Amino acid sequence: MVYYSMLISALSQGMLYAPMALGVFVTFRILKTPDLTVDGSFVFGMTACAAVTIAGHPVLALFAGAAAGALAGLCTALLQTKLRIEPILAGILVAAGLYTVNYAVLGGQSNLYLQYETVNSAGASVMEASPTIYKNFSALFTGLDSLYFDTNAQVLVLTLGIVALLTAGLGVFFFTRPGMAIRATGDNEEMVRSSSINADLTRTAGVMLANALVALSGALLCQQQRYADLNCGSSMLVMGLASVIIGQVLFGDRGIVGSLLGAVGGSLLYRVVIQAAYKIEMPSYAVKLLSTVIVVCALAVPLLRQRRGAGQKGGAAV
Amino acid sequence: MSSSPLSIRGLTKGFEVGTVNEKIALDHLDLEVPAGQFVTVLGSNGSGKSTLFNLILGKLFPDAGQILLGGEDITRQKDYKRALNMSCLYQNPLRGTAPNMTLEENLALAYTRKASRSFFAVNRADSAYFRDLLAQLDMGLEDRMKTKMGLLSGGQRQAASLLMATVAQPSLLLLDEHTAALDPGAAEKVMEVTEQIVARDRITTLMITHDMDYALRVGERTIMLDAGHLVLDLTGEERRAMTSGALAELFYSKSQRRRAI
Repeated sequence: MVYYSMLISALSQGMLYAPMALGVFVTFRILKTPDLTVDGSFVFGMTACAAVTIAGHPVLALFAGAAAGALAGLCTALLQTKLRIEPILAGILVAAGLYTVNYAVLGGQSNLYLQYETVNSAGASVMEASPTIYKNFSALFTGLDSLYFDTNAQVLVLTLGIVALLTAGLGVFFFTRPGMAIRATGDNEEMVRSSSINADLTRTAGVMLANALVALSGALLCQQQRYADLNCGSSMLVMGLASVIIGQVLFGDRGIVGSLLGAVGGSLLYRVVIQAAYKIEMPSYAVKLLSTVIVVCALAVPLLRQRRGAGQKGGAAV
Repeated sequence: MSSSPLSIRGLTKGFEVGTVNEKIALDHLDLEVPAGQFVTVLGSNGSGKSTLFNLILGKLFPDAGQILLGGEDITRQKDYKRALNMSCLYQNPLRGTAPNMTLEENLALAYTRKASRSFFAVNRADSAYFRDLLAQLDMGLEDRMKTKMGLLSGGQRQAASLLMATVAQPSLLLLDEHTAALDPGAAEKVMEVTEQIVARDRITTLMITHDMDYALRVGERTIMLDAGHLVLDLTGEERRAMTSGALAELFYSKSQRRRAI
């Protein structure tokens, strides 16, 4: 039972971070451009979501979070395409700038709880927890007291629904004309331009889409943990990459849909590994180093396979 | 059918003008290409051929002069906008294709310019059309439409690139030594298909080549550039009477004459 609840907890976390893995997949694997906006846009999604959730619109808050991420992506893309700034630097600049923006969205403080002030029956002013999608979802199951369907399991189910929709949507999108143009932009930008498609536009759309996904992850996490925190974004990129690469190593090259599922699966597995690390009483501050080691190991796998002569062309290029 | 005339008027482009490294790549070049004409372009390295192509494609912008396609002034138009009506094929078959996408997807993307609206980029009607076009190449490519472009051989890839360049029936086709990197058999095949497609769609075509034989045999007009000037313009009887040996001699004398100045 302990293991069951730990597993469910890990999977629910992995599912919350799955949209971020999908976003990182879009920039790193489809556009083949490293995007370091992630650490900033994740928190931007979180803070925008927090502000709208507190205002009493939990569903709208998710869209607000995604829109905030898209806006961050737009800034990065404009730096890349209009000012011809190196993609890595463009992302770092936007992420740095977003710190101030996020601080401002939280009203000049570094964290914010999802609660609002109300007056109770006795006439006293009290803080009440803001409704979130998870709170509303759990309300459907009141009275159903099952050990196997605890809060984490509810989070897992609802988030799974959202992630399934996202994955299916992306899977379809990348076979439409705009989606295919985005894929081709990462593959051969010159070919896209010579097909009379504005490659700056497709690149911008891709970076916006990716950061909207990342920010949606931040928004979901915000509603699940019931607070927004400026420090939540650090090392997000490493985690996202770890998920994408784990997915790739496990699932191999199975086309776009396979890779999307791989990124989600990678995100789940990553959290299970981290959870297992906690179980062996590893201190919480060791997680980041562990993440780095996982990414490096996962990156090394394709190369090792190649050295053994079993692999195909293409190494661990990120 | 889909062709339109190309007019180049007083086209001038210099690099690092005003420095010791000043290089005038094109010097008040005038060139009129009637609709549907197939022109082969000769010229030594640095004669201005590539600059001319880059200016026509919008990868560079001229210091002076005009480029008109079908009567429309496209001198300052953005490259991807003018790509609606023109295509270019390069020596390197890798340059015009997306290696991680399938042959079918590559064609569909190239066809986006003229395709009717559809939700999915790859659809049954277009695929049937692509299959038909590929079958005409007679290289067995119609059975490899789901193959990733990167897995095809150089010759297959260049033939596919040629289809991608012409699938949207451009009014102007630029060929920059597009058979130079292929083995003789593949080069011959690609050249044969090029002539077929250009003749079928009557596309106005400029083809850069260093092969004197192709320069005379393919198309109906041969021009030679040197130091940014047009130094030779052969058509009709004069061109038919020319041999590749005589042309080669002319080539060396013309380029030397310019160099001596």
